[in-house]
Amino acid sequence: MKMKGSQAVVASLEAEGCEVLFGFPGGMVIPIYDALLDAKTMRHVLVRHEQGAVHAADGYARATGKVGVCLATSGPGATNLVTGIANAYMDSIPLVAITGQIRADLIGTDAFQEADTTGITLPVVKHSYLVTKAADLPRVIHEAFHIAGTGRPGPVVIDIPITFELGEMNYQRPADIDLPGYKPTLQGHIKQIRAVAEALGQSERPVLYAGGGVITSGAAVELAELAHLLPAPVATTLMGLGAFPERDPLALGMLGMHGNVAANYAVHECDMLVAVGARFDDRVTGKLTAFAPQAKIVHIDIDPAEIGKNVQPLIPIVGDARNVLARLIEEIKSLELDRGRTAAWLAKCAEWEAKFAFGYEHEPGTLAPQFVIEEIDRVTGSDAVVVTDVGQHQMWATQYYHYQWPRQFISSGGLGTMGFGLPAAIGAKIGRPDMTVVDICGDGGFQLTMQELTTAVCEDVPVVVAIVNNGFLGMVRQWQDLFWNKRYAHTCIATQPDFAKLADAFGCLGLTVTAEDQVEEALRTAIGSQRPTVIDFKVRQEENVFPMVPAGQDITEMIGGTSGRRKRT
Amino acid sequence: MMHTLSVLVEDKPGVLTRIAGLFARRGFNIASLAVGESEDPDLSRITITSDGEAHPIDQVTKQLHKLINVVKIRDLDPESMVTAELMLMKVSAEGAKRAEVMQIAEIFRAKIVDLDKRCMTLRVVGDVSKLEAFRDLLRPFGVLEVVRTGTVAIGRGRG
Repeated sequence: MKMKGSQAVVASLEAEGCEVLFGFPGGMVIPIYDALLDAKTMRHVLVRHEQGAVHAADGYARATGKVGVCLATSGPGATNLVTGIANAYMDSIPLVAITGQIRADLIGTDAFQEADTTGITLPVVKHSYLVTKAADLPRVIHEAFHIAGTGRPGPVVIDIPITFELGEMNYQRPADIDLPGYKPTLQGHIKQIRAVAEALGQSERPVLYAGGGVITSGAAVELAELAHLLPAPVATTLMGLGAFPERDPLALGMLGMHGNVAANYAVHECDMLVAVGARFDDRVTGKLTAFAPQAKIVHIDIDPAEIGKNVQPLIPIVGDARNVLARLIEEIKSLELDRGRTAAWLAKCAEWEAKFAFGYEHEPGTLAPQFVIEEIDRVTGSDAVVVTDVGQHQMWATQYYHYQWPRQFISSGGLGTMGFGLPAAIGAKIGRPDMTVVDICGDGGFQLTMQELTTAVCEDVPVVVAIVNNGFLGMVRQWQDLFWNKRYAHTCIATQPDFAKLADAFGCLGLTVTAEDQVEEALRTAIGSQRPTVIDFKVRQEENVFPMVPAGQDITEMIGGTSGRRKRT
Repeated sequence: MMHTLSVLVEDKPGVLTRIAGLFARRGFNIASLAVGESEDPDLSRITITSDGEAHPIDQVTKQLHKLINVVKIRDLDPESMVTAELMLMKVSAEGAKRAEVMQIAEIFRAKIVDLDKRCMTLRVVGDVSKLEAFRDLLRPFGVLEVVRTGTVAIGRGRG
């Protein structure tokens, strides 16, 4: 079918099943926007800053498992996407970012709104394309979705000079994919899997260490089956929260810098550690030489480059987590397993959990930030999609909410992008309109992307924004408190707008909460309103996140580690 | 130890940037790099030499493999490969010294490709140690300019 390149972009996106496109117009994407008016199955969500578009696409992808798509113009439009692209890259999120580019014949002349988009984004993409003819567009878009969404997912940038948006071409949906250099390994090596099964059969103190890869590959069911089959406790990373139900008796919760004491102790004492879809990040391992010192380490990952990058495993398995775990379960079932062999170990883990529960003080006349999270957990029945920003509130959200299912917890893990929360929550709510979506954020991060409240109002996306407002850039203040002699250099942000009034000005519902007995009512009002709502929780200002492993230390050396874990409810 | 990687890549725009960028971002070093068309006009072959002491070579190859345009990588066995590099070298050679330079060139099977009153340009092909020995011998005469292609390498036999 004869059409313009811009129309082929829209047709191709719809052919890929793209339901929603987050974007912001500009001179070099006018033809695509024009074609979007005739889109049949795809909705466009107009954001108020390109960073909002990319984070929203990212949040949508995390909530649904589909590829998120965003669109921006050349130059500043494209550079405003960079943070979000890097964010998706670090967390292996499937994303296609389409950018307009100046006329092909002007490239390299420093033309108006010219930027070398593929060059700027090169270190933070899984792949990128600079389109060189209109006829390539359907193939490029087809490949981009394939690359973004398969193997270890990641962002793909498609930079389209306006010349080819305007160019006439013959549209034909590409039938197949021809990428000789891209063939992800999906099936694990059976001999290696058998070796793991045998070692697990012998192990008396095993720990499963589950990362985001479990969620990406849809392996949560297999993970739970394996854990109960062995039986073995499960520690999750930040990205892995939701991969294993936290009320399961085998759940150790999150490990690492602000993780559960029990999880860190278990990893330290275990005789076998099975990492699944996790990458031994420094926030998890602390001091590498002191990490899991007694353990035989197994590393299951779809990305061969992750194996041996930080930790050299005894048994590496490259493959898709779901395939590998399913096969591993079969192999273990064929063994004669003494299920009692781990009983003493599970008892030990339970003892740690009971002894070192998360805890905080209720002080009269103040609002504890941890209490706010506990109430969000209780009011939503541990069944909301929780999106966070980055900082102290994010860590409290990992500690005091009980995640039950994959894709329930959405957070910027690797890059640690403040400002991620609100736009990602909007994307998540658009992807999961059936769910309550709560954005837990700080007063600092909220102000980085708060313009997206307009998007939420305009597109009728009823997200609940819970600002854990301590008037500080709290996590940095905590480091200054603990490691910089309490010199709070420029982290006090107590000069701030009245967030409830601000919300009102944006057309949202705005609420302010200053006492513990107001929290539940405010949450119920917000969720019941079916409107975008901002709740300003004015919490204690100098509360710290504990436990804490100072960066680069052994993960059993936790500050505040004796305060307890939350009680199982 | 030096590793010689033979990397087969799709001949697509930006592929060299992707490889160079990857080395820079991951902190891997490149001792030399040579690129050209392979037996298949759609594919280029890149020979990279890199010091495996600084970074485990399998981390380098695994990261390279993640680039979509990289089709195949071989870490060539030094015992079973043929390598070559071409060097052009401008040496000052006036009067009596000229004969001396020519004599050294002959031993190294270097060709004189340009000559004027005050200097001589030589072309020599060989492995890195031969090129370096040649340059060291000519250094006392005054080396004015050196241009090298970087090593290209190929496995012996059919493999």
